[in-house]
Amino acid sequence: MIEMLKHLKPYRTKLIFVLVFSLAAILFELYLPTLMADIVDVGIVNQDVPFILRTGALMLFCSFMAIVLMVGVSYFASKVSLGFGRDMRRKIFVHVEHFSLQEYEKFGSASLITRTTNDVKVVQDVINMMQRMMTRAPLMLVGGVLLAVSRDRYLSLIFLAALPVLAIVIFVVARKAIPLFSSLQKKTDRLTLILREALTGIRVVRAFNRVDYEKNRFNIANEDFRDTGIKVGKLMAFMFPIMLIIMNFTNVAIVWFGAIRIEQGDMQVGNLLAFIQYAAMILMSLIMLSMAFIMIPRAQVSAKRLNEVLMTKPLIKDPINDEISQDEVGLIEFNSVTFRYEGAEKPVLEDISFVAKPGETTAIIGSTGAGKSTLLQLIPRFYDVESGSISIDGVNIQNMLQSTLRGKIGYVPQKATLFSGTIAENMRYGNDQADEAEILAALKTAQALDFVEKREKGMNSKLEQAGSNLSGGQKQRLSIARSLVRKPKIYLFDDSFSALDYQTDRKLRDALKQETANATILVVAQRVNTVKDAEKIIVLNDGKIAGIGTHTELLNDNTIYQEIVASQQNGEVGA
Amino acid sequence: MSERRSGPMMRHGQGMTVEKPKDFKKAFKRLLSYLKPWKNKMILVTLAAILSTLFNVVSPKLLGDATSSIFESFTSGSSIDFDFISRILLLLIGLYILSSLFSYIQQYIMAGIAQRTVAQLRKEVNEKLSRLPLRYYDQHSHGDLLSRAVNDIDNINTSLQQALTQIINSVISIIGIIIMMLVISPLLTLVVLVTIPLSLVVARFITKFSQRHFVKQQEELGTINGHIEEMFTGHQVVKAFGHEKKSISEFDEINDRLYQSSWKAQFISGLMMPLMGFVGNLGFIIVSISGGLLVLNGSIRVGDVQAFIQYTQQISQPLAQAAGIANMIQVAIASAERVFTLLDEEEEIQEKDTSVKTDSLKGHVSFEHVKFGYEPNQPIINDVSLEVKEGQTVAIVGPTGAGKTTIVNLLMRFYELNQGSIKIDGVSLTDMSKEQVRSLYAMVLQDTWLFNGTIRENIAYGNEGATDKDIENAAKNAYADDFIRTLPDGYETVLGEDATNLSQGQRQLLTISRAIIAKPKILLLDEATSSVDTRTEMKIQKAMTELLEGRTSFVIAHRLSTIRDADIILVMKDGDIIEKGSHEELLSLNGFYADLYKSQFSQSESAS
Repeated sequence: MIEMLKHLKPYRTKLIFVLVFSLAAILFELYLPTLMADIVDVGIVNQDVPFILRTGALMLFCSFMAIVLMVGVSYFASKVSLGFGRDMRRKIFVHVEHFSLQEYEKFGSASLITRTTNDVKVVQDVINMMQRMMTRAPLMLVGGVLLAVSRDRYLSLIFLAALPVLAIVIFVVARKAIPLFSSLQKKTDRLTLILREALTGIRVVRAFNRVDYEKNRFNIANEDFRDTGIKVGKLMAFMFPIMLIIMNFTNVAIVWFGAIRIEQGDMQVGNLLAFIQYAAMILMSLIMLSMAFIMIPRAQVSAKRLNEVLMTKPLIKDPINDEISQDEVGLIEFNSVTFRYEGAEKPVLEDISFVAKPGETTAIIGSTGAGKSTLLQLIPRFYDVESGSISIDGVNIQNMLQSTLRGKIGYVPQKATLFSGTIAENMRYGNDQADEAEILAALKTAQALDFVEKREKGMNSKLEQAGSNLSGGQKQRLSIARSLVRKPKIYLFDDSFSALDYQTDRKLRDALKQETANATILVVAQRVNTVKDAEKIIVLNDGKIAGIGTHTELLNDNTIYQEIVASQQNGEVGA
Repeated sequence: MSERRSGPMMRHGQGMTVEKPKDFKKAFKRLLSYLKPWKNKMILVTLAAILSTLFNVVSPKLLGDATSSIFESFTSGSSIDFDFISRILLLLIGLYILSSLFSYIQQYIMAGIAQRTVAQLRKEVNEKLSRLPLRYYDQHSHGDLLSRAVNDIDNINTSLQQALTQIINSVISIIGIIIMMLVISPLLTLVVLVTIPLSLVVARFITKFSQRHFVKQQEELGTINGHIEEMFTGHQVVKAFGHEKKSISEFDEINDRLYQSSWKAQFISGLMMPLMGFVGNLGFIIVSISGGLLVLNGSIRVGDVQAFIQYTQQISQPLAQAAGIANMIQVAIASAERVFTLLDEEEEIQEKDTSVKTDSLKGHVSFEHVKFGYEPNQPIINDVSLEVKEGQTVAIVGPTGAGKTTIVNLLMRFYELNQGSIKIDGVSLTDMSKEQVRSLYAMVLQDTWLFNGTIRENIAYGNEGATDKDIENAAKNAYADDFIRTLPDGYETVLGEDATNLSQGQRQLLTISRAIIAKPKILLLDEATSSVDTRTEMKIQKAMTELLEGRTSFVIAHRLSTIRDADIILVMKDGDIIEKGSHEELLSLNGFYADLYKSQFSQSESAS
């Protein structure tokens, strides 16, 4: 939580306003009992009606000032806490946008989403409450004590006795309550976790007849939660009456000792009334403070989750200078590249060297898990290589700005991701300058024009979030068209034809060939017929290159390629 | 999407549009019925609340009497009647102690009642979930169910614990204080009561003003959450097309709009407390002035003014809270309504085990004129008959979304057939209890569900009576033993949430171990093609092959070898089984399978 407070720095001035305004408002409020004491001591005792009215007017003024100042407090406090919320949300969002896939996958989308939305809100609410309640209490305390002392030093000694007792009570209760509240929070999370697991695993649970086991697991957590809840409730049940008793006993003491002082002629009756008011104000504010216990443990959990994100530094950084290649054609070179996922014992790719030339299609084939997709993802620097290097047109990709590098690439991921918006907007995702004709051409090449035109509004028809109103094959074709609109030097197709039927696949590849004649094309595929026309086929096996060559060459001398072909080619059904 | 939207984050905002229950009375009554077992205790709580409040209400008057006595002695110049004062103060101490004691008793008992009631409700919800048919889960998002079981019940808890006792206290306080004030001075009471409608007007005014901004805030919150979700899930594409800047600037725009509406909402609603305080202070001032004047004309005493001041403070609190409590109760009843709707959902019929001896069944599966549709009037499987002999492998193939899991749903009796029957060794599935049916199978799905427990517990999930030795043997057979032993805590390693501390492949191996230990008659497999490293992939394949051997199995197949070697291939499209037969038979049909096979696996025609 404390780390979070650092982010309040830009709001220093506003925070000072909150403090100053609160203090001033409290002073005005605290002045009211003193004025009332004057009404009694001067007005009533001297039977001075104009004085009573005058003082009354002054009281009205004071409470009016107090409210004006409190409006100010509310204004600045809202600006600070919601400003904090806005900044924090932005910080997390921007930070995540700069994550490479490596950091991103550490958290996962779902977790990052809740962190950016929910956790930020929890912390923001606590900051709001802190400004309103937690500043008020100590100020009220200090102000109240000061004014009490100025009215009657001796009688204020009562506070000297009452406050430490109260402080001890609050301290003792807090020491028990804070861990209890944290544990309650953990138990809530546990309960949610078990419930969520039971929901997501419902098929498994039922398939293995473990309904009772799950029930039992839930009941244990539920009872555990309940028992802690009862403990917390009982502790709170103890806290409020005990505070009330301290407050009321203070009143009794004020009346008793006040009476003695009045008897001795050291004090006036009005002070007695004022003191009782002070006692009420001070103690009420302390009670308010103690309520904050409930919020803080919750915020702490969220603050920790936010910090985790902020502390995770993106591994991939831009170089200071953007090295520009002499001649931009899209020549890709891999120089003994090795890569492993964080914490993995075995590298996914080992000692990979090859060249992909412009105007040629380089295909990568291999079994699932051979590292094909990973290889493609190294090119736009989604991950950084462990050793070796990748260069484009002679420049190491680590020496280019990521934006420069990715600007050269049209990447079509395995899972076609589209965004909400119109089809045209999606097409312009990689090139916002593209005009309608260019988009139409790209859609045509990607064999997407048919179904786009069938829609009522053509390419201006809206896509639902994640393109949920499209079939898998349609999404894939749009995803391909999107990269075509970009007119990049390099195309990376990561198994992007898998959801297409045979005919469309064929047509699409023929059209692509014409459209992208000068570009460097890298294709990852599982089907042999997708790759066999490629100028160069790289056979990956177990993270290593098992062979490079054309279809015919590999068919002749590469056993692994032969195996792949054999497994896909059915002798009897060459068709 | 809707899963998270309706989920945890949206419900507990501050003061935003309060969701109104549809039938307040009905839900309220039903919620009350949960308090029935605690009837006696509730009476005790009410009694304690009444007593505690009464003592509280009396004390300012007594304290005022003491002050009056002091003041009178002071103005008359006589010495203070310490006897009288000490008597009053002692009485007050007694009252204070009693009041606090009863207040403690009230809170103490209520804490127990609220938590226990809510725990009971939560338990009922959980048990209900276990009795709901799978259809229900397929139609409702997890987020929605979770939110009912956690947030809604939490709302009920808060209002039980706070609102209920607060209502009792407030009502008694208000009545008691008004009576006390009337006793002291009807005129002054009238003056004080004038401020009450004022505070109501202020409250209404503020709510009306802030409402607009809260609604706007809610909208923007929805937009920004949507943007975050979309950008995060599409992270790879955002990066690939260099859209970080754009995505951030769009985010900034929404974020700023959100800030604008939310700080205003917060600011205006934050005025409530100081404004109420102002109204309270007005009362205080009016009492001070008019009280002072009344003292002067001798109609009341100074102590009475002091008592009045305390009363105005005490009465303003329950009044200020009234709106909050009313909201809290509305929210709670709306939540209760949602929970009750869930509790009233139609359940799966609970069956007793029948006399069928499942142990003696071998695994000969036959489909006889099976008809099925998720919607009764839209059958998707029409009259399918099929014989699967013991030990045979059935491969289920078809494009994504063709409904391959339907077969699993029917075999497991997750869903019931519309017509026809599925029999195992001649015994219809419906002649056994669901538990008996499911005890025949083991299932390995693509979604590698494991729970937050040790590896040992997770493997043993497949067989309740498994010994440690069984567990380790199963792990060995699934080629999982090796990696488990390399983990710092071995079999006792606790799997993190969603088992994040294991790789996808390792999780797969654990689910295979779980299936092995179940010693099933029939296997249901989903050949996963998730990205796993080659070595693990090989292990998974080997483990699966061994698992399949000699067992009747249904495999949602992705590998050509599995499909070709299968005894029977079921070809699915749009939910229906459109072709069935062996590989050769289907190819010679030259139908959908032949097409599918050619496009997915075979070389293009020009190749051969």
